[in-house]
Amino acid sequence: MTQLPETSEKKLGLVIDLDTCVGCHACVTACKGWNTENYGAPLSDMDAYGSNPSGTFLNRVHSYEVEPRAGGCSQTVHFPKSCLHCDDAPCVTVCPTGASYKRQEDGIVLVEEDACIGCGLCAWACPYGARELDLAAGVMKKCTLCVDRIYNENLPEEDRIPACVRTCPAGARHFGDLGDPSSEVSMLVAERGGFDLMPEQGTQPTNKYLPPRPKDQLPDMDVLSPALEPVAGEPKGFLKWLDKALEAI
Amino acid sequence: MHPAPSVIVFTVLSGLGFGLLSFLGLGLPQVTGWEAFFYFALAFALAVGGLVASTFHLGNPQRALKAFTQWKTSWLSREAWLSSLALVAMGLYAFAAVFLDISAGLLGWLGAALSVATVVATSMIYAQLMTVPRWNHWLTPLHLLTLSLAGGAILAQQSAVALALLVVAGIVQILHWVLGDRRFEERGHTIESATGLGDIGAARLFEPPHTGTNYLLKEMVHVVGRKHAQKLRVIAFVFMIVLPIAVLILLPQGIVSAALAILCYLIGTFASRWLFFAEAEHVVGLYYGARSAQAVAG
Ligand code: SF4
Ligand code: SF4
Ligand code: SF4
Repeated sequence: MTQLPETSEKKLGLVIDLDTCVGCHACVTACKGWNTENYGAPLSDMDAYGSNPSGTFLNRVHSYEVEPRAGGCSQTVHFPKSCLHCDDAPCVTVCPTGASYKRQEDGIVLVEEDACIGCGLCAWACPYGARELDLAAGVMKKCTLCVDRIYNENLPEEDRIPACVRTCPAGARHFGDLGDPSSEVSMLVAERGGFDLMPEQGTQPTNKYLPPRPKDQLPDMDVLSPALEPVAGEPKGFLKWLDKALEAI
Repeated sequence: MHPAPSVIVFTVLSGLGFGLLSFLGLGLPQVTGWEAFFYFALAFALAVGGLVASTFHLGNPQRALKAFTQWKTSWLSREAWLSSLALVAMGLYAFAAVFLDISAGLLGWLGAALSVATVVATSMIYAQLMTVPRWNHWLTPLHLLTLSLAGGAILAQQSAVALALLVVAGIVQILHWVLGDRRFEERGHTIESATGLGDIGAARLFEPPHTGTNYLLKEMVHVVGRKHAQKLRVIAFVFMIVLPIAVLILLPQGIVSAALAILCYLIGTFASRWLFFAEAEHVVGLYYGARSAQAVAG
């Protein structure tokens, strides 16, 4: 049903730390791997070994350069982006078939692939580019928040988190309940000033981003100058005598 | 947005078809028998042909019937309902007019209302998208509706109405272009709001997430050269508005003038609709540095 649930108390989602992400794309690969072998149609590639390869991904990492307004050197920010599981998800309400839906019990936004006609309207409605139509299957693919891992009792406990979170070597991705203010992720967001992407679109994303910390600033000095400075202003001892003797000549 | 031929053909032809059906439903012109047959055959061919073309861009068209289920929230679903209801109502009306020589007034009014509603629903699919600021405005339904009714009036040979509608459609088209050009900035979407990095300073794309292309870039990040677009706007406006008006005023009313006027109208409307998609920028382009790239390209 494409009517949004009135509220979902539990809001499962991700918190992505732009300060620690090193841009290794491990989450991209882990996501592609898990979601090709599990939930729904595999994430296909087109012309994979040809000259113009492309493919379906549910998570992609952009990299930006930010020039600090306060001065100092530019920062490179690696920026992973997947579905933000928005509270007011425009991708859900536009769907004509009911294939797109938001779960009342945990707020996860999913696509029922057997009902999807592949019209692509939901991808148009998403501001974040979080939905990609799989060209082999003709159905809409998006991040499932690894719904087939997080509740999966066949997996060891430590693996019951999204594949991208599990794999991240830098600990830049956190998973939890953002509807519960006392959860670890909510506290992290509060402490670090987590923010929404494109808040002016009114989508109320569940996923939050943690800002990169400002870089260290070098004190203003000439790096070579300590080596060039005279050791002492006035010669003392033997040097003082030598100085005088030479002057007398 | 990618100007997909299937969607351009669909919106232009079915818009014209439902425009004609609106006039036929109102009894303008009041036709029966063979004459009615030709009018209705043309209207249905356009409306249904357009709807069929629209299924060409679906990934799984065999499940299209499911699109009737979500009319409570989805304009696409409402369009499916309204277009079907309009075709059924006008189909019955046409049957009565062609074979029984009756023109069933009330049914025609209903069919006309449903035909207009169909065009509005189609345009709302675009107008509802906050992600495409150029479309996200009440001018969008007005734009598509005035054009479809103007075309319908030309085909229905209602010269006076057609002239008035063409003038209105022309004004709305210009407003849609001029105001649309500014809307992206007005909404305040920037690469900084998209990434949330604006608090630090000015951001630019350093590396895209993939070296090749992908669905998002093909579908939503279509960049047209500005000069190119200006030329096409002139061509679109001349063919869509100016020439049909000239034909209707200068030539005596009849099949020949209607055919000539509609030919110009179609050329111009296809150009206008191509621009409608090609010039529409989706906010996701910001993540790919699209706006900054465009600014550099001039
Ligand atoms: S990020 Fe996009 S796809 Fe995900 S819920 Fe929000 S609008 Fe929908
Ligand atoms: S592509 Fe599928 S999920 Fe998306 S709006 Fe169309 S039918 Fe719904
Ligand atoms: S939660 Fe799962 S589906 Fe979503 S981005 Fe991470 S790995 Fe991919």
